[in-house]
Amino acid sequence: MAGRLYRHIGVPVDLAHRDKLGKAIATAVDLAGIYGARITLVSVTGPAPGEAAHNPQEYRRHLQDWAAEITAESGIQVDTETEVIGDPAADLDKSLDHQFHALGVDLVVMASHVPGFREYVFHSNAGFLASHTDLSVFVVRGTR
Amino acid sequence: MQQGTDTAEEPVDEYVSDYEVGQDNVQALGLDFHNPVFLISGVTVILFVVFTLSFPEQAKHWFGDLRPWLTTNFDWFFMAAGNFFVLFCVALIVLPVGKVKIGGPDAEPMYSYVSWVSMLFAAGIGIGIMFYAVLEPMNHLLTPPLGMEGLSEEGRRELAMAATVFHWAIHPWAIYGIVGLALAFFAYNKGLPLIVRSAMYPLFGERVWGWPGHIIDVLAVFATLFGLATSLGYGAEQSAGGLAFLFGISEGHVIKLTIITVITIMALISVLRGLDGGIKVLSETNMAMAAVLGLFVLLVGPTLATLGAIVDNTIAYFRYLPALSNWVGREDMYYMHDWTTFYWSWWIAFSPFVGMFIARISTGRTVREFLLVSILAPSFIFIVWMTVFGYGAMDQYLLDGYEGVVDTVREFRPELSLFLFLEEYPLAKVTSAIGILLVLIFFVTSMDSGALVVDTMTAGGKIDAPIAQRVFWCVFLGLIGIALMEGGGLSSLQALALATGFPFGIVILMMTVSLYKGLAAEVKLLEARDEAAPGETT
Repeated sequence: MAGRLYRHIGVPVDLAHRDKLGKAIATAVDLAGIYGARITLVSVTGPAPGEAAHNPQEYRRHLQDWAAEITAESGIQVDTETEVIGDPAADLDKSLDHQFHALGVDLVVMASHVPGFREYVFHSNAGFLASHTDLSVFVVRGTR
Repeated sequence: MQQGTDTAEEPVDEYVSDYEVGQDNVQALGLDFHNPVFLISGVTVILFVVFTLSFPEQAKHWFGDLRPWLTTNFDWFFMAAGNFFVLFCVALIVLPVGKVKIGGPDAEPMYSYVSWVSMLFAAGIGIGIMFYAVLEPMNHLLTPPLGMEGLSEEGRRELAMAATVFHWAIHPWAIYGIVGLALAFFAYNKGLPLIVRSAMYPLFGERVWGWPGHIIDVLAVFATLFGLATSLGYGAEQSAGGLAFLFGISEGHVIKLTIITVITIMALISVLRGLDGGIKVLSETNMAMAAVLGLFVLLVGPTLATLGAIVDNTIAYFRYLPALSNWVGREDMYYMHDWTTFYWSWWIAFSPFVGMFIARISTGRTVREFLLVSILAPSFIFIVWMTVFGYGAMDQYLLDGYEGVVDTVREFRPELSLFLFLEEYPLAKVTSAIGILLVLIFFVTSMDSGALVVDTMTAGGKIDAPIAQRVFWCVFLGLIGIALMEGGGLSSLQALALATGFPFGIVILMMTVSLYKGLAAEVKLLEARDEAAPGETT
């Protein structure tokens, strides 16, 4: 299996925007099938209650449940990783990049939301990560 | 915390709500804010700025009378509430509820004590210590409180220090501690949004998500903006005064405007770098720099006498505490109204801001640990800092006959007290420059943390709302500063900070009841869970 291009695909996910991530997950699952790779859903959350969960433990559980669903549907091995940081709004990209490296991810498949008002002032997360990381990044546009 | 066990006698958690963070939020233009809290606070503050700028005379007249009216008529309220808050904290530390851990039994602290205490200071109070450390002890030396003009020189010195420490140690930190603890507990342990109204859940129940809660949150936003602007006003005055003094440039509008503009830009950079890359780094830098300045002053000043005075002042503080905190039958109205009740209302107005900020960085500590550290650590630092600067300044006056600092008190040029004090020591240019730099950096961290807190408050408790909103509040704080500097509205703003202090004082009183109910229920819940599944929780 020395010729396998990718062994470990990382997919950054935000549980609050689960509805917009379907296409990226489907892409990652297809690629994982082609390359015989495994997937890790990588996430960042803060200590305070948010839209997706009341606390980080609950957030981790929801993410694990989702990963189990994907595995059940596709037969691909899907793990999860959640980092709890003090300021998720500001340090999201940094935390994701750090987690990908710690996990040994060799391909990132990520959804990019439709560029809107904010992108004229600030970068989109996908755009930032793609231009600042040394990993291969597959940016998936649209939500299918 | 909320991990369920399969046991049949799973205890009921009565303070858990179905309310979801962000459910009342409006998403537009890539922003994400709470309706109506964001709109009401935003519009009211804009109206206030426009009004004070358009009708400066009327504004001065209306708001000018507000401060003495409040501090005179409600002195009993502020004094009694302040004392009650301290006793309440002592009770929480001693009672069994003190063992509840913020964030649940398994939570780990996210920040070390040093970062934690540094950030506590940087969130607004730092400017105060730069402004008042030399000024206040000197003022109380010239006009002794408690009608004790007849004391010996040594006695007056001790009283002046005790009367200063009284305002900066324990009382303010008890107020911040209660608000911070209530916010942290209901957010991290009960899963309610990180906003002030959540701390009232045991009292209001589900109604807290409606108008009673809107009013509480809007009040918290006002208190934060006005309280912060008061602090920023001192910072602008002192840094402008310092620069003028140091470089001999004129202390005009242009320099103040330039300062606020530069500070706002620096604060924006800090905002974009986030909590860990911005506020935390700046706070730690500032604490280190303040420590160097403090150590330098200690070494070039009367070192041994000052070290002894730290102990004496602490003892004097506790000796005078009963008399200073009592409001019945007092005759020293200047001290009690112009200083004590002014501070108490300012601290209360400041409490949603500091409290919210402490809450954000406090997971993983027990209630007991949280209160002990957040009250005693800053109090101790204040006693040391105030003694080093205040005692040194009194020494210059009483022993060397130096009138520089005394003149700034008599002529009401408080922004220059620190610099005239430093001038008597070696390397005055360098130390004054460090002093100005400290004020400026505290200014940046105050604006940054202010933007962070107001954003969370107006985003329904979301801590991951778009950074653009923090940028908005940061720019907005800068604009308030500029507008008021131009319109001369700083005193109006201070009056309003005090005006929000009174109703918010009532909110904190209610919060103590609410917090106690919540904590007591949590202790029962943990004990019941422990019995149901021994070893699951500790």
